[in-house]
Parts: sequence; C-alpha cells; structure tokens
Amino acid sequence: MDARRESEPVPMKDRTAVERKSERELVVTRTFNGPTRIVFEAWTKPELFRQWWVPKSCGLSLLSCEMDVRVGGRYRLVFSHPAAPKPMEFFGRYLEVTPHSRLVWTNEEGGDSGQVTTVTFEERGGKTLLVMHDLYPSKEALDGAIASGSTGGVGETFEQLDELLVVLGASAGRS
Amino acid sequence: MVQYIRTGFDASFAALSDATRRGVLEQLGRTDASITDLAQKFHMTLTGMKKHVGVLEQAGLVATEKVGRVRTCKLGVRRLEEEAAWIERYRQLWDARFDELDEVVEELKRKENVDGRKKRE
Repeated sequence: MDARRESEPVPMKDRTAVERKSERELVVTRTFNGPTRIVFEAWTKPELFRQWWVPKSCGLSLLSCEMDVRVGGRYRLVFSHPAAPKPMEFFGRYLEVTPHSRLVWTNEEGGDSGQVTTVTFEERGGKTLLVMHDLYPSKEALDGAIASGSTGGVGETFEQLDELLVVLGASAGRS
Repeated sequence: MVQYIRTGFDASFAALSDATRRGVLEQLGRTDASITDLAQKFHMTLTGMKKHVGVLEQAGLVATEKVGRVRTCKLGVRRLEEEAAWIERYRQLWDARFDELDEVVEELKRKENVDGRKKRE
C-alpha cells in the first residue's frame, strides 16, 4: 500500500505499536533496553523527562516541565512552537504512583473529554516492557480526538503538532 | 497500513461477520445502489435490508444519501482510513519520543556502571 514504508531499513530498535483496543481505549507498547527502575526514573524525573518527551525533530520547545510525582500531585507541561500563536499547556494529576511499575495520571487540559493514562513498566530479562494505556470517558471523546487530528483531545493546539507529525513522517521516510 | 485497520475496529468486524452484508459491500463496490435494489438482489424485505445497511453505516463502511424518495447507498470507507492514518501519525510521534528515551536509558545505564556503588548506597 505504501512503497515508502516497504523500503525502510529494518529498525534496530524495538518498534512502537499503537492499537485502538476498544471504543474508549488506545494502547501504545514498546520495549526498552534497560531495567524498570531506570525507565521509570526517566518518566518521573523532570530533568530526564524533558530530554525525551519532545522529539528534537518536531521543532517544539518545552518551556517548562513541572512534575510533582506522588499520588494527588500535579504536573504541567508548557510547549512552544515558532508557528503557534501562544504556548500550549498540558496538565493533570497523578492518581497512582507505584515506583518502577505503574503510573496513572489524568489529562485535564481538554476538560471533561480528557483521558486517564496508565503506564505500566514490566521487567523482562533486564529489559522493560512499557504499556501506555489511554482510557477515554466515552467513545465520542476518543472519536473526537481522532477526528480533530489531535493527540490528546485539544484539537486547536494540536493541529500544529499534526502538521509537524506529517513533516516528521515524511523526513523519517526519506532517511 | 493494513495492520492498523485490522486492529480495534470492533464495529467493522461485527458488520462484516454477516454474509449478506459482505455481499452488499461487494455489490456496492461495483456500483452504488438504492435500498430497494439491494433488497431485490438479496431477496429480502425492505425492512430487513434497511437493518443491514444500518449496521454497515454505523461501522462507517457504507454511506447513504436520500434524494427524493430514494435512499442511495455507496461504500463509505473514509472513516476507517482516517482513523488508520491518525493512528499511524500518533505511532510516529511516540516512536520518535521513544527513540529519544532509548538514549536517556543508555545514558543512565552508563552512569550506573561508572558509579554503581554510590547509587546502591
């Protein structure tokens, strides 16, 4: 269907898989070459988190990254992009924090339609199987996120990101 | 892209589980048709065919349009393709993020090896 994808070299790294598990659920899986304590650390320490959350290739800058990683603690991420009129904010609250194995947080920037994200870290022979599970409040909320081209239920701010992703996809195909 | 279409589209699978509905899709692949045409071709009542078309419509596989008194059915795969395209873009975002995370993990492992004893205190 897509010749470009066929001709890509076989990646050395474990491929990221995304599946819409049900009307309300989206699941991302990936394996990392390190123990869970290290991968968990990279998700929960702001100074590490900001090194990877914004891929260099997408042109976004992370202006601030506040993370109070404990049950009931809040997080707030602020991004900017040269083409975006104003910074984009993402925020929510940690519902569960189990060191090295499980993180659950809310996504509140989109109001009531925001999903609850559960990330589990499972150790397998020194590697970490990571499963990120987004549960949307309704089928309509997830359909809406998809229809608006958003990756988190805030259509307007993500339209920019959407364009970037297309660029990102195209450049990944060329290399 | 096929692998993404395969997963998660429960409504589509339910719609495709019925032989008549698969036949209707095949038929609409050749040419658009009214519900009356389809009912005749599949030797069914109008009500029965309306139900089948309703299921296909719900799954986004068929689109219908009423002009005057005739409801015309056509293939409507657009929604499926859009969803698959969105999922692929979303996957690319996470793939890019996780490639960066790989580097952070490698760096942390290196540090642990260098001053491993300190870390374990």
